[in-house]
Amino acid sequence: MGDLFVLAISCIFINNILLAQFLGNCPFLGTSKKMETAMGMGMAVVFVLVMAGMITWIVDVYLLKAMNVEFLRTVSFILVIAALVQFVEMFLKKSIPGLYAGLGIFLPLITTNCAVMGVCLINIKEEYTFIEALVSSFAYAVGFGLALVLFAGVRERVILSRVPKPLQDTSIGLVTAGLIALIFTIFRGMV
Amino acid sequence: MIPAILLMLGIGATCGIVLSLASKIFYVYEDPRIAQVENNLAGANCGGCGYAGCSAAAEAIVTGKEAPSLCIVNSKDGVEAVSRIMGVDAGEAEAPLSYNMCEGGNRAADKYHYMGVSSCKAMDAVYGGHRVCTVGCIGLGDCIKACKFGALDMGPDGYPVVDDAKCVGCGACQKACPKDIIQVKTLTEQLLKFNQTHDPLAPCAQTCPAEINIPKYISEIKAGKYAEAVQTIRMRNPLLLSCGRVCPHPCEDMCRRGLEDEPVSINQLKRFVADYEMNSGSRIPITCAPDTGKKVAVIGGGPAGLSCAYFLRRIGHQVDIFDAMPKLGGIIRYGIPEYRLPKKVLDWEIQGILDLGINAFTQVKFGVDFGLSSLVASGYNAIFMGIGAWSDYALGIEGENLDGCYKGIDWLSKFASGQDIKLGKTAAIVGGGNSAIDCVRTLKRLGLEKVYIVYRRTRKEMPANAVEIHAAEEEGIDFVFLAAPTRVIGDENGKVKGLEYLKMELGEPDKSGRRRPVPIEGSETVLDVDMVISAISQAPDPSFKDTDPTPKIKDLELTRWNTIDNNPETLQTSIPYIFTGGDSATGPSLVVTAIGGGRRAARAIDLFLKGKPVEPVENSLLGKRIPESIFKNVEGITPIKRAKMPEIPVNQRLDSMIEVDLVLPEDQALAEADRCLNCCRICYNPDTEFPIAK
Repeated sequence: MGDLFVLAISCIFINNILLAQFLGNCPFLGTSKKMETAMGMGMAVVFVLVMAGMITWIVDVYLLKAMNVEFLRTVSFILVIAALVQFVEMFLKKSIPGLYAGLGIFLPLITTNCAVMGVCLINIKEEYTFIEALVSSFAYAVGFGLALVLFAGVRERVILSRVPKPLQDTSIGLVTAGLIALIFTIFRGMV
Repeated sequence: MIPAILLMLGIGATCGIVLSLASKIFYVYEDPRIAQVENNLAGANCGGCGYAGCSAAAEAIVTGKEAPSLCIVNSKDGVEAVSRIMGVDAGEAEAPLSYNMCEGGNRAADKYHYMGVSSCKAMDAVYGGHRVCTVGCIGLGDCIKACKFGALDMGPDGYPVVDDAKCVGCGACQKACPKDIIQVKTLTEQLLKFNQTHDPLAPCAQTCPAEINIPKYISEIKAGKYAEAVQTIRMRNPLLLSCGRVCPHPCEDMCRRGLEDEPVSINQLKRFVADYEMNSGSRIPITCAPDTGKKVAVIGGGPAGLSCAYFLRRIGHQVDIFDAMPKLGGIIRYGIPEYRLPKKVLDWEIQGILDLGINAFTQVKFGVDFGLSSLVASGYNAIFMGIGAWSDYALGIEGENLDGCYKGIDWLSKFASGQDIKLGKTAAIVGGGNSAIDCVRTLKRLGLEKVYIVYRRTRKEMPANAVEIHAAEEEGIDFVFLAAPTRVIGDENGKVKGLEYLKMELGEPDKSGRRRPVPIEGSETVLDVDMVISAISQAPDPSFKDTDPTPKIKDLELTRWNTIDNNPETLQTSIPYIFTGGDSATGPSLVVTAIGGGRRAARAIDLFLKGKPVEPVENSLLGKRIPESIFKNVEGITPIKRAKMPEIPVNQRLDSMIEVDLVLPEDQALAEADRCLNCCRICYNPDTEFPIAK
C-alpha cells in the first residue's frame, strides 16, 4: 500500500508527464487558455488514460509477451487505444449523456495523445504489475490535469500584463511553461 | 513473422467487430441533417459560435436552437446551403446587429490612466474598468480585435463604431466586451429592451415613461438625419405625432441643461421630426420581425392598445384590435380636443400603425358584442386589455342630475364624435385637471359668453399642464379658486340656473404635499350658470365583468379604484393570458405612460407566447433615477434661450377648432437640437471646453 502511494506521488509530482517528461504538449498549449476547457480536458484525460492503461497492460502481457512479438507494441497500442476511445465515446453517448456532454469534443481529441501513449509504454517499460499500472495511469493523468489547470490559471493572468508584441500568446505561454517545469524540479529527491 | 501478422489481424478484427457491435447496441438516433449541416459549416472547430466544435453547432442548428447563420466564419454560400437543408429562407431569419450603447467621446476626464495595459478585459480585471463612468466603454478595442469581419472600427472619439453593412451579428464582439457595452441584438430584442439600472442613460431618457432614447434622436436631428430620428423614436413610441403635441414632457423637468439654463425643448423636437415625416408625403418604412404564427387580441384602441399592438406586430405576432368606439384612438381621439390634436393628424398616425398588418374591428364592445370565451374560441393566444378609464366620477352633490349637468370625458367624447350638444350661455367646469381645461377651452370656442373653472385649491396646485393653464388664461377663462361646489340650483323646469359653492382656505399639507383646502363656514356663494360639467377624474368602467357571460371573467381581479389588478413589472393580470396597460392599469395618467405600458405588456405577452416564464426585467429601472446621473449643478454651460413654440394668436383661434400650437421651423429646431448636451450617465458635451478634470 505504501509503495503504491509513493508511486502515485512520484507520478503526479516528480515525473509529471507534462512538466518532467514533456509529453502531451499539444493539448497543454492548446486547451490552457481558459480554465473551463482545461478542466474538461483534464477530466477526459483521467478517464481515457485509466482505461487505456488497463487494456494495454492486458494486451502486452497476455498477447504480445506470450506470443513473443514485443516489437509490435507501439502499433498495436495505437490500434487498441483508438478503438477503445471510440467505444467509450459510443457507450457514454448512449448510457451517460451527461458525462458525454461534459467531456464533449475532448474525448476524440486525445485518441492518440502522446501522453496517453507514453504512459502506457512507461507502464510496460517499468514492468509494473496490473495494480501498479492502474495506479500509475491514474496518477499520471491526475498530474496532467494538475499541470494543465495550474498553467491555465497562470495564462489567464498573463493577458493582464504587458507583454512585448513578438512574445504574446503562445510564445509567452512556452516561456511560462518552462518556468513552471523549472519549479517542478524542486520535487526531485522527495522520494 | 506469421504469428505477428496473425496477431495484428486478430487485434484489428476484434476491434472492428467490437466497434460495429457497439455502434448497433449504443445507437442513438441522430437527425441525418446534422451530418449534412456539419459538412456545410466551415469545419474549423474554432468555437467562435459558442459551441464545442462544428458537430455541436450543427446539432444546435438542426434542433432549432440557433439560426443557420450561426457559424461565424462560414461563407455566404455555406449559410445558404445550411438554410436549404433546414428548409428555411436564409433571408427570413432575424438578423442580429451589433451596436455600441456608449456614445461617449473625449468629453469627460478619464478616471484612470492605463499604464500601457492593452486590453479591455485586463483593464476591467485590474481597475474595474472605469474610464469615465462605471458602465461606460473602456475603449481599448477588444471588440474590434474580436471582429472577424472588419465591421468594427475605432471612431474618432476613441470609441468603437459599428459598420452595419459588414456586421453579421456573430456576437464575437459582445463576448469580448467585459462591460456589456457592445451588444448584439435582434430587432425583437431591441424593441423589447427596457431601461436597467446599469444602462448608460441620460436623466431625460430615465424619466421618459416610454423610455425613448432622447439624446440619440436629438443628435440625429442635429446631424440632419430626420428619418433616423423618427426611427429612433419609433423604437419606443409609435404615437410620435400625438405625443409631440400633447405630452407634458416630464423628461424636460430632468434635463441637465435645465439646472443652469432653460431645459431643451425635447417634445417640440419630437413634434418637429414627426411633422417632418407627415409633411414629406411618404411614410418611413417600418421593419417587422418574421411572423411567429401567434395571434393576440387587443381590446381597446387607445394609446396603450395601439402601442401594444404595434410592438407585438413588429416582433412578428398577428394582432387584431377591438374598440367600442367608431374610430380608433381612444381617449386621444375622444378626450383631447381638435385644437390640441387635429383628427387628421391622428388618422394619419393610426393608419401608419394599421398598415403594418394589424386588423381593427370598431364599434364592438367587450362584454356586450363579444366576450372572453369568443376570443379564446377564435384562437387568440393572449389578450391585452387597454380599456382606458372612461367612467367619470360624480360630484356627489345635490342637483347633479338636473338638465344642463354633464360629466367631463362623457361630454368631450360626445362632442368629439359629433353628437348633438345642447349649449348654454354660461358654464362652470368643476376640476383642475387637463380634462377640465379641455372642456373650458372647447366651450370658449363654441361661443359661450362666460366660462368658469371651479377648483377647490389654487392655481399652484392644479394638476393640469402648465402650458394648458396658461393658454386658458390667455383665452379669457375665469378661474374660481378655493371653491368647493355644494349644490346645483335648478329652476322650476328642472334646468340648471346656478352652482352654489363654499369658499375655502388652505390648511395643512396633506399626503400628496398639497395644502388641504378647508371650508369657510357660511361663505356660500352662487355662480349664475346654465351648464355645469364635472371633470374630477375618471376610473375604468368595470361593467364588462357583469355583462360578459363567460364565467372565467369573474377571475379577473380589480383594485378598489376599479383598475385591473396587475403585476406592475409584467402587467400580467390574475388571468395568466390577459395583460393590461394604460389607464385601465394605472388609473388616469399620461398618454406617454400608456404607450410605455403597452410596450411593457408586449414584452410580457411575447414571453408568454414563447412559453417562457413571464418574469420582470432584471435590474429594471422602472421610472426610478440612477443616483450618480443626477447632478446638483452642471459646469461649462452658456445660457442660450430656449426655442419659443409658435402659436396662433388668441384673437384668431377662438372662433374655430383650429390647431393652436405650431411646429418649430427647421432653423429653430436645429438651433434647439444644438442646445442638447447629449448627456449620458455622467458625461456630456459642455458648451465651453470641459472646465475641470473631476
